[in-house]
Amino acid sequence: MSSTSGPAAEPVPVTVPTSVAESVPAAESGPANPSAPNLWEELVTAALLGTDRRTPPVHGPGHGHAPGHRHQAPVVLLDAAAVETVRRRAGLRPAQAASRPEPAPQDPRPALPAAAARRLALLLADRPGTGGGGRRGTAPDLMELLPQWLAAANARGFGAPPQVLPALLDAARGRTDLRPAALTFAGSRAVWLARLNQDWRFALRATPGGGAALPRPDDVEGTRRLWQEGLFAERVALLSALRAREPAAARELLTTTWPTERAEDRLMFLDSLRSGLGPQDEPFLEEALADRSRNVRATAAELLSALPDSALAGRMAVRAGACVAVDPMRETPTVVVEAPHECDASMERDGVVAKAPAGRGERSWWFGQLAEAAPLATWPARLGGRTPQELVALPVADDWQGDLHAAWCRAAVRQRNAEWARALLGTPSAPEAGGPGAVSLAERAKLLGTLSAAERSAWVAGFIATHGLSEAFQLLGVCTVPWSGPLGRAVVDALDIARDAGSYPWSFSGVMGLAERCLDPEQANRLEGLTSIPEEAEDASPGAGGYWAEAFQRLVTTLRLRAKMTEELGTPLSPSGV
Amino acid sequence: MTQQGVRWSADQVLALAPDAASRKAGSKLGAAGPWSEAGSSDEGTVWGLCKGSGSKPYQTVVDIADASGPAYKCTCPSRKFPCKHALGLLLLWAGEDSAVAPGSPPPDWAEQWTEGRRQRSEEKRTAGSADSPSGSADPEAARRRAERRAERITAGATELEQRLADLLRGGLAGSEQTGYALWEETAARMIDAQAPGLASRVRELGVIPSSGPGWPVRLLEECALLHLLDQAWLRGERLPESLAATVRSRIGLPSSADGPPVRDRWLILAQYDTADARLTTRRIWLYGADTDRTALLLSYGAAGRAPELALPVGLTLDAEVAAYPGTGQPRVALGEQFTPPAPASIRPPGVTTTQAAARYGEALRDDPWLDSVPITLDRVVPTPASDGWQLVDADTDTALPLTPTARTRPGLWRLIALSGGTPVKVFGECGHRGFTPLTAWAEGTEEAVTLC
Repeated sequence: MSSTSGPAAEPVPVTVPTSVAESVPAAESGPANPSAPNLWEELVTAALLGTDRRTPPVHGPGHGHAPGHRHQAPVVLLDAAAVETVRRRAGLRPAQAASRPEPAPQDPRPALPAAAARRLALLLADRPGTGGGGRRGTAPDLMELLPQWLAAANARGFGAPPQVLPALLDAARGRTDLRPAALTFAGSRAVWLARLNQDWRFALRATPGGGAALPRPDDVEGTRRLWQEGLFAERVALLSALRAREPAAARELLTTTWPTERAEDRLMFLDSLRSGLGPQDEPFLEEALADRSRNVRATAAELLSALPDSALAGRMAVRAGACVAVDPMRETPTVVVEAPHECDASMERDGVVAKAPAGRGERSWWFGQLAEAAPLATWPARLGGRTPQELVALPVADDWQGDLHAAWCRAAVRQRNAEWARALLGTPSAPEAGGPGAVSLAERAKLLGTLSAAERSAWVAGFIATHGLSEAFQLLGVCTVPWSGPLGRAVVDALDIARDAGSYPWSFSGVMGLAERCLDPEQANRLEGLTSIPEEAEDASPGAGGYWAEAFQRLVTTLRLRAKMTEELGTPLSPSGV
Repeated sequence: MTQQGVRWSADQVLALAPDAASRKAGSKLGAAGPWSEAGSSDEGTVWGLCKGSGSKPYQTVVDIADASGPAYKCTCPSRKFPCKHALGLLLLWAGEDSAVAPGSPPPDWAEQWTEGRRQRSEEKRTAGSADSPSGSADPEAARRRAERRAERITAGATELEQRLADLLRGGLAGSEQTGYALWEETAARMIDAQAPGLASRVRELGVIPSSGPGWPVRLLEECALLHLLDQAWLRGERLPESLAATVRSRIGLPSSADGPPVRDRWLILAQYDTADARLTTRRIWLYGADTDRTALLLSYGAAGRAPELALPVGLTLDAEVAAYPGTGQPRVALGEQFTPPAPASIRPPGVTTTQAAARYGEALRDDPWLDSVPITLDRVVPTPASDGWQLVDADTDTALPLTPTARTRPGLWRLIALSGGTPVKVFGECGHRGFTPLTAWAEGTEEAVTLC
C-alpha cells in the first residue's frame, strides 16, 4: 500500500460525493490525519468558492508560505488537494457486492464447429448500418444468408456461442422475420439476457411463458394456479403449450374461467384453439356463437366453418346451397346464383356480418360469406355430381363468377382442401393463369399453400416456363427451400431468357435475390457459363451484359457460400430444409 | 518454421480493418467467388488474385510472418490500409477455405514483393545497429536543442501554475459558465511550450464541468494532479531518476525504449483504439508467460487512419520487447519477433477484486498520475447494481464497479452473455473510476473473447 494511505481494516460505506465510483478511501483509520474526510470536503468547498472568499483549511508545510497569505492560498490549496487526491485513490477499496444474478440455465446443446462459429461471426458483422451501401457488385449479401444459417444450425441442434448472443439479439430486434429461428438458436441464455436489457424485451414476449418455466405436464395443481394467477402472456403461452399436447385438456382449462374473461382476452384464447381444432371442440364453439363480443362470435363461426361436419357448417351448406343451382334450361349447363335477399338473425348468429363494406353490394357480400363458410363437399352433391374441376369450368350467369370463385378459393384455403385448390388453380400453362383472372396472384399463392411441396414447386415451375418471371415473385415465396430441380431450372432459364431479351438485371432483382437464397447450391456449376460478359447485341440496353454477368457471378458466389456454410455445420440430425 | 495450424480467426482478421466500412467490404470478399490462384506458403505469405470491376484482377499479397505485424500489398487503388482485398484474402485463408492452397510455391509477383520486403528489413536492421551512434550526429547541438525545449516547458509550466492559481482564487464554480474555449486556449499555449502531455491534460479539464454530477470533485482532483505535475517538472532535479523519467514522459517528452530486450512468449491480451481530432492511439496489452509481466505497446495513426501495428488478440508470439524508462511503467517497444502469432493455451493468472484495488494503490507510489493499471480478475461475475454494473468476486462479497465508459460499450453485453451469471476471468484496466473490461475467458474454454 502507498504510504499516503493509512492501512484500513475494512470497507467503508460511501460517505462523500466523489468521482471514485462506489468506493471510498478508508480514511478514518489513518491515524496521521484523523480529520481527513472533512479535510477533503473542505478543500472542495474552498475550491468551489475560490480562495478569495474562503481560506483553505490547511497550512502550507514545506513551502514556507504563511498560512492565509492571500497570494499563496491557491497554491496551498492545490498542494493539499494533490496529496489528498493521491491518498484517496491509493486507499481505494472494492465496493460492497450487489446480489449476484441467478445463473442462466445450462445449454445442453453441443457447441458449433469452429469454422461454423467463424462463419456466424462474419454473417453477424455484415449488419445493416455497418458502413458500405451503394451498388451490390458481385459480393454476396451476407445478412440475407443469416436466416438459412440459423435454420441449418437449428436443424443440427447446435447451441449458440454465448458471446454472439448480443449481436444475434440486435439482429433479431431489427428483423422480426429472423426472430423465431434466432431465438431458438440463442436458447435459454438469450431469455436470461433479455431480462437484463430493455432493448431485447421482444425475446421475452416471443418465448413461451416469457421465459418463465411452464409447469410440467403432470403438474395439475401448478397448471391450474398459473392459469388463474398468471399474467396474460403466461396464460396464453400455457394454453398454447397445453393445446399442442392435449387439445381437450386445453379447452377444458379455458372453460373453467371462460365467462369471467375480458372480451379481448376471450378473443386471444379462442384464437389459440385454431391449432388442433377438432369435432370435440364444436359444443364449446357453438356456445361461443352467443358471446357478447362480436369479434368472439365471428372467430367462433370461422372456426366452426373449418369443421365440415359441424352443425354450423351444415346450416351454412343449406343457406349457400339454396343460392346456387345449375340451370338445365340453357344450351350449355350454366351456374346461376340467387344471392340472399336479407341477412336474418340466425345468419348473424352464425357469424355473417350484416353490414357490407363501402362500395360492395349487400347481397353479394352476404352470399360471399355463406359460400365461403359452406363445406366444399356441398357443391358436387348440390350441382349434379360434378367434380371440382368440372364445377370450376362451368360458366356462371350474370357476372357472379368472380364472387363464386373467390368464395370457393377462401373456402379451399380455410378447409385446406387440395383437390379444390388444384381445380381452382388450373393448369399453370393455361393462358389465363398469367393474366388477372378470377383468382388473384395472392389467392393463388394461398391456394398453393394447401398443396404438397412437390406439387407446389411443379406448378410454379410450369407457370414460370410459360409466363416468365414478371408475376412469379409471390408464387416463388411459397415454395420450399432449396428449390426442386425443375423449379430451379425454370427460374435460371427464365433469367437467361430475360438477359437475352436485353433488359437490365435490376428489373428482376426480387427474383434474383430469392434465387440467391433458394436455389439449390448444386445449380452453381450450371450457372458458371452465364457469368461471362456476352457480345452486346444491337437492340440490348447499353452495358446490360456486364451487369447481368455481375448479377450471375453474385448468384454463383452466394450459392458456393451457402454450400460451404452447410458443409461447415456438418450432417444434420434430421433432414433439413436448407 | 511451419505455418500449419497457425490460422487466425475471423475476429482476429477483422480487428485489422481500419474502419467499419472496410470490415464490411472485407467480409464480403471473404468467399471463394472473386478469388483465383490463391495460396499460402510455409513462410507465412498469403496471396491471391481478386476480380474487381476492371478487366485485370487485383494482385493481393499479405506477409503474416513479419516482425512488426502483417504487411500488405495490393494493386487496387484504395487508400485504406489494409484494403478490403487484403482483409478478404485473410478471411478466406482464416476460413480454411480450400480456395487458398496451403504450402504452395508463391507466384513471381508475390515472391518478388516478399523478397524485396525482407531484404529491406534485413538491411534496416543491420543498418540500424550500425547507425545508432551516428543518429545523434552532433551531440552538442542535440544537447542545446534539449535545453531550449526544457526552458520552454519550464516557462509553460510556470504559466500554467499561474492560471491554475487564478482559477482557484476565483473559484471553480465559475467554470461551468466559462466553457471550453478558455481551456482550449491554454492547451494551445502548452503546445507552443512543446509540452503535449500538459496540453492534453488541460484539454481534459475543459470537459469535466459538463461531465455530470460530482464534477467539482473531479475538476479539483485533476487540477491538483496537474499542479503536482507542474511542480514535479519545476523541481525535477530533486527527484530520483526513475520518477523524473516518469515525469518527463507525462509532460510529453519523447523517450526511447532503451531497456534490455526481454524475450518471452507474449499473449496478446487486448487491442483497442482511442481517437481524438488529431490522432488515433492504439493500445495493445501483452502478457509474458515466463516473466509474468504485463506490457503495453502503443502505436499511433493520423486522425481517421488505423495505426499500422496490429496483433490478433488471443494468440501468442515469441518476441523481444524493450521497456521505456520510468519505474512501473508498462510501456514497451516490440523488438524482434521470432514466430508469427500462434494459438497457445496461456492465460494470465488472476487476482481478487481486493487485490486489484491494492495493486492500483501500490502503482500510484511510482506514478501518482496513473489512471488505471492492467489487471486480470479471476472468478468474477458481472452483476447489475443499483447504479450500473459490477464485477463481483465469486467467493466473497466485494466487487469492482465498471467505469462509465465500459457501461456504454457493446462489449459489456458480450461479457454478460459470456458469463451467464457464472464466474469468468476478465482482463482489463482497473483505476479510480472503476474497472474497464477488455478481454474475458469463460470457465472451461480456451477462447479469448474481446470486449473492446
